[in-house]
Amino acid sequence: MSSARSEAAALAEREYLYGFSTDIDTDLAPRGVSEEVIRLISAKKEEPDWLLDWRLQAYRHWRTLTEPRWQNVSFDPIDYDDIIYYAAPKKKAAPSSLDEVDPEVRAMFDKLGISLHEQERLSGVAVDAVVDSVSVATTFQEQLARAGVIFCSFSEAVRRHPDLVRTYLGSVVPYKDNFFATLNSAVFTDGSFCFVPEGVRCPMELSTYFRINAAETGQFERTLIVAEKGASVSYLEGCTAPMRDEHQLHAAVVELVAMEDARIKYSTVQNWYPGDAEGKGGIYNFVTKRGRCAGARSKISWTQVETGSAITWKYPGVVLQGEGSVGEFYSVAVSANHQQADTGTKMIHIGKDTKSTIVSKAISTGHGQSTYRGLVKMLRSAEGARNHTQCDSLLIGPDCGAHTFPYVEVKAQSAEVEHEATTSKVSEDQLFYARQRGIGEEEAVSMIVNGFCREVFRELPMEFAVEARRLLEVSLEGAVG
Amino acid sequence: MLLVENLHATAGDAEILRGVDLEVRAGEVHAVMGPNGSGKSTLAHVLAGREPYCVTEGLVTFCGRDLLAMAPEERAAAGVFLAFQHPVEIPGVQNVYFLRTACNALRRSRGLDELDTKAFLALVEDKARLVEMDRSFLHRSVNEGFSGGEKKRNEVLQMAVLEPRLAVLDETDSGLDIDALRIVAGGVNALRSAERAIVIITHHQRVLDYIVPDRVHVMAQGRIVQTGGKDLAVALEREGYAGLGDDLDPAPDSVRPVSPRPVGAAR
Repeated sequence: MSSARSEAAALAEREYLYGFSTDIDTDLAPRGVSEEVIRLISAKKEEPDWLLDWRLQAYRHWRTLTEPRWQNVSFDPIDYDDIIYYAAPKKKAAPSSLDEVDPEVRAMFDKLGISLHEQERLSGVAVDAVVDSVSVATTFQEQLARAGVIFCSFSEAVRRHPDLVRTYLGSVVPYKDNFFATLNSAVFTDGSFCFVPEGVRCPMELSTYFRINAAETGQFERTLIVAEKGASVSYLEGCTAPMRDEHQLHAAVVELVAMEDARIKYSTVQNWYPGDAEGKGGIYNFVTKRGRCAGARSKISWTQVETGSAITWKYPGVVLQGEGSVGEFYSVAVSANHQQADTGTKMIHIGKDTKSTIVSKAISTGHGQSTYRGLVKMLRSAEGARNHTQCDSLLIGPDCGAHTFPYVEVKAQSAEVEHEATTSKVSEDQLFYARQRGIGEEEAVSMIVNGFCREVFRELPMEFAVEARRLLEVSLEGAVG
Repeated sequence: MLLVENLHATAGDAEILRGVDLEVRAGEVHAVMGPNGSGKSTLAHVLAGREPYCVTEGLVTFCGRDLLAMAPEERAAAGVFLAFQHPVEIPGVQNVYFLRTACNALRRSRGLDELDTKAFLALVEDKARLVEMDRSFLHRSVNEGFSGGEKKRNEVLQMAVLEPRLAVLDETDSGLDIDALRIVAGGVNALRSAERAIVIITHHQRVLDYIVPDRVHVMAQGRIVQTGGKDLAVALEREGYAGLGDDLDPAPDSVRPVSPRPVGAAR
């Protein structure tokens, strides 16, 4: 047996690396959603009345909604009364500094490879660590504060910067937006908040690491990032969850606001537990992400690498309001085993000379089903707007599928829209060519797929690009042979 | 080094190789000629381990090992190299990355340390001069957008970097203009050595003016029907394959260059 072969065998035996659960003393809300539960969450977080009222408004609206059914993914009905909406690691005492973070929580993050020790600077990345429903630690806050950047948990932002939160909360994704966003608005528990003031370039990468730990809970977090005039920030999010036989719901909302000449780069490496090889368990990742290019020449860029979750269902979009503003969406979505993905983006062009770029790479293997669904909408006011969409699907094996649903609505006379789509297979020719040069089959597939994703990976910050490549390799284990 | 005995192979229902016998020793250069459809390229692919060809009978021994029992990458590790007639495009994978991955995979299998980026780049730039290849080619995607001549030069570059014991060149000369042919042949000649054997599969005598073979074989209908020295190639060029006997059925286009398949065509 050659070393490449035995390495392949070893790879195939490797499982989801983050599937462990940690025994942390956890504070749980009663099962199900009701006004009482929402009041309980709000009280635990010592929220002001306006926020409780906003939650209750959302909840009452949610009661009138029914779950959407237009998606190209299928799942058993979710029993919303059987979910635990609030789960928080019990604090021995409220940590006033990083040194006081529960050692078990710290150990869990060490095991995930995320350091909460500031002295072990992870290439200068500030981390907000969210476990189940709450943020447990945020690093580098002082250093960021010196630059004028606010980076903290959402709950802390509500306490310390209520006016900012009140101004921007729901300004991009209103609470009535859609079924899951409305539910999130009612029951959201924590998340990250970032505010970069005028003219400031955030001195380090910001990141949030989301970890679902408790069983039978849902994670409903909100992220809100505001970049004022001329500000810029790069933000990363990573996610993992334990292996469990039941599905768990993750319904987050992310709102980005970019003022004049501001730039926000938002990168996601999503590795929620995808379920086992037979499709049992895994996370339902139903997320609403949207950015608003409010000011002229502002730019919002989404880059996502989606390798996890049983079902991924989301469309990170940009509302291009400011004249000459730019929206970008770069995506790699992998559907292996029985994973399903219905993802893409929405680019809404309102302002003159706005520009959007969409590059979507979908990889299907095993029984995986990938759907690209994208909306490019150009209003009458969007004179001279341009969009370029490139949408490529790669199939590995006979039992997977790729689907593309591009929606284009153009009302502006002078707008230009381009759409390119390809579907290809990892060809026998390519595989044989690589193997003839001595490259083992697994390594060859991984190399070919990485090549396919290159345009997206190069948009990722360096350390995330490495992580993304590694994740892709793990996801494609056993895809051949 | 290479011993092929009574090799039979099929593709689907068709038997393409019908009892090939061939012996190649270290240091030798052999040319295999013959009309289209005579099984030359099939022989090359069977030696490299290409599915869907199915060996039904016969033996192939390479340096004392049963070549047919080995996976393609194991054959490469043992030192078998095939220069493709239609080099394959791999979008998004840099040429230099592909080569380094291959080089290091081979080094691992031979118990050698992997080369780091810097050491490898020095090696590959040195070898690239052999085929007069601009370094910008190293950073383009594997074969993507390469002209026919550039693809063939890239094959010879790979051969130079991977240093095989046996190199099979499958119509590496086809479709090349005279300058490109000179460069490719120069590269191959530089790689001739006492430890290495080279098998050149070709339609044309022309390339053999540049790479002078020790032995020339003529294939027809899945067998080697005639073997001789360099003069045999010259005679073939003059008289065509028709003079070789009644059982031969030369294809009408056997003396024209084969038109390349559309680039990147999926099978």
